[in-house]
Order: sequence, then C-alpha cells, then structure tokens
Amino acid sequence: MNPPDAVPARSGNPLPQRQVALIDLLDRLLSGGVVLTGDLVLSIADIDLVRISLRALIVSISEQNPSPWPGAGPGRSTGTP
Amino acid sequence: MTAGSLTYVYAVARHSVALAEATHAVTGVTGSPVHLVTPARHRALVAVAGLVPEDDFREAALRRHLEDLDWLEALARAHDRVVEATAAHTTVLPLRLATVYLDDDRVRAVLDDRHDLLLDALEQLDGHVELGVKIYLDVASDSPPQAAPAPDPSLSPGRAYLRHRRAEQDVRTAAHLAAERAAERVEAIARTYAVRRARHRIQEGELATGPGTNVSNDAYLVPTAHADAFLTEVTQSADGLSGIHVDVTGPWAPYSFATLPDLDEDAP
Repeated sequence: MNPPDAVPARSGNPLPQRQVALIDLLDRLLSGGVVLTGDLVLSIADIDLVRISLRALIVSISEQNPSPWPGAGPGRSTGTP
Repeated sequence: MTAGSLTYVYAVARHSVALAEATHAVTGVTGSPVHLVTPARHRALVAVAGLVPEDDFREAALRRHLEDLDWLEALARAHDRVVEATAAHTTVLPLRLATVYLDDDRVRAVLDDRHDLLLDALEQLDGHVELGVKIYLDVASDSPPQAAPAPDPSLSPGRAYLRHRRAEQDVRTAAHLAAERAAERVEAIARTYAVRRARHRIQEGELATGPGTNVSNDAYLVPTAHADAFLTEVTQSADGLSGIHVDVTGPWAPYSFATLPDLDEDAP
C-alpha cells in the first residue's frame, strides 16, 4: 500500500524548472514508451484497460464530477479555481 | 532476498560502463536501487531495471494502485527520473509505464528476442530530443462573462444580453483564428527542424492547470543540435497574436517516439 516514492508537495505555485507538470508526464508515460509484450505480468489487454480507465479519470475529475477514489480529496491543488 | 520481488523495467539502452555507474546512484520506483540487466546472448543492449515489491505490482494490486493519483504520480516521477538519468548518458528507449516482469531472466529473454528491433529503435532516436508544444486559447471555452462591461442602461435586458454574448463570441472567434495562425507557424518551424511529430490528446480535466483552454498538444522529435533554435522560434510563434499563448515543454526523453514496429503477436 505504500506509494512508490515520496509524493512531491504540490504547491499550486509555478513549478521549478525541472518539475514537469504531471499531466505532460502522463501524456507521455501512458501513451508513449515502448510496449514490450511477451512476458508482462499485466497482459497487454490489461494494460490497455488500465490506461483507458486512467485516462477517463484524468480527464473527468472536476468539482462537478468528483474523484471516485478515496484519498484524493481536497488538498490537491490542481483543481479548477 | 529477491523473494517477493518483480523486475520493473524503465528503459532499454546500449550497454556502457558510464551508464552502469550513472544509474547505480539513481533511486527508482519504491525507492529501490536501479540495476542493469544484460541479455544472455546479445551484449550490446541493457535493460535499466529495478526490483519492486510483488505485493504492490501484481496485476490486481497494480491496477488498484494506478487509480490512486498520488501513487500514480510517485510512480510516474520515479519512472521519469530513471529515464532522464539514463538519457543524460546515452540514447534511451523509454518503456511504457509499469512494464513489469517476473524476474531478470524474463527480461534477458525479451532483450534477446527483440534485440534487432530495439537496436534499430535506438538508432533512430540517436541525437534527438522530444519537445512538447501546446497552444492555448486564453479565454476559457465556457467562461462566464469576465469583466463584463456595464450594461448600457438604454438597452433592454434581452438586448444587453445578446450584445454581450456577441462580443464574447467575437473574442472567441478571433482567438481561434489566432490559434490557427500560431499552429501554422509551429508547423513551418517543425518542417525546418523536426523529424517527427506525435499528437497527444487535448489536455482537460483536473490536471490541466494551465491558464486557458488547450487546443493542441503535440510532441516533436528534434535533432539535439536544433533543439535551441526550435525552442526559441516556437516560443515566439504567438508574437503579435492576441488571445492565445504557446507553451513549450522539454527537452524530454523521446517518450512519444519510442515505438517498435508492430510485431503483431496476435496477427493472423
């Protein structure tokens, strides 16, 4: 249940030069990168499902349509103003 | 010691001593160290990998974790950190997020199996970086009237409303035209400097925090020698245009261009 690493504080202020925006990173990590099949623990179909479900989450979360998962409540500073 | 671990693969690169030293110092996913996996037969390639807890990265657990945005962010940033550290030393072929194998031997087998394709892909990316270009309308697409002019008292409320809507519409139309003009300029710059383009989806939703409305979100593969010129010119592509802005990101490791030719493992 531990997160993979410490989550950097999200201040809502302009990010330092090398702290890339999460959305730009996810654009690349969820649709880019070589997909090596053959022996994935997740089958490729599963990966696609995860990706689709993630994408839906990423584009659909708003105040009108709040987060469906726990632990992502207020406190996140990336929401609409 | 490795019981209960899986092998997470960040990227593939050509083997080098410098890379081994560089990646040794990097912290990967779950804070775990990074090691290089060398294939059994072909020694030119390595996988940049790390051990991750099986409990967190088995199918069900991973799927559940990936829907926790904080967990996903930590994973994404760790993945990117390792890929960037690799890119600082050599051409890198990033793998899709959360590529997990049962153990290092399985990774060796895949490297051997795909050796030629992986090497080709690396060669195509040699000496290139990825740059992102996003165009935004400064007006929100469904913005409520901002700084609405005081209604003309001589107008009926209905006419005042219509006049106001029309003024809003004009601003929006002008901004769209400006965005098209900027997109044309970016395309011209790309024809000069870039070798490939990838289109990403328009950014919207909670994570799209930039001001304005994103109307295009592209990535370009640019020779490193031209990256500064590309960046400078694209940054200026909104000059003289009002109601829009252009945002350049990168240089990135070539995530958007890391692809292998379709192997069609399930082809007829």
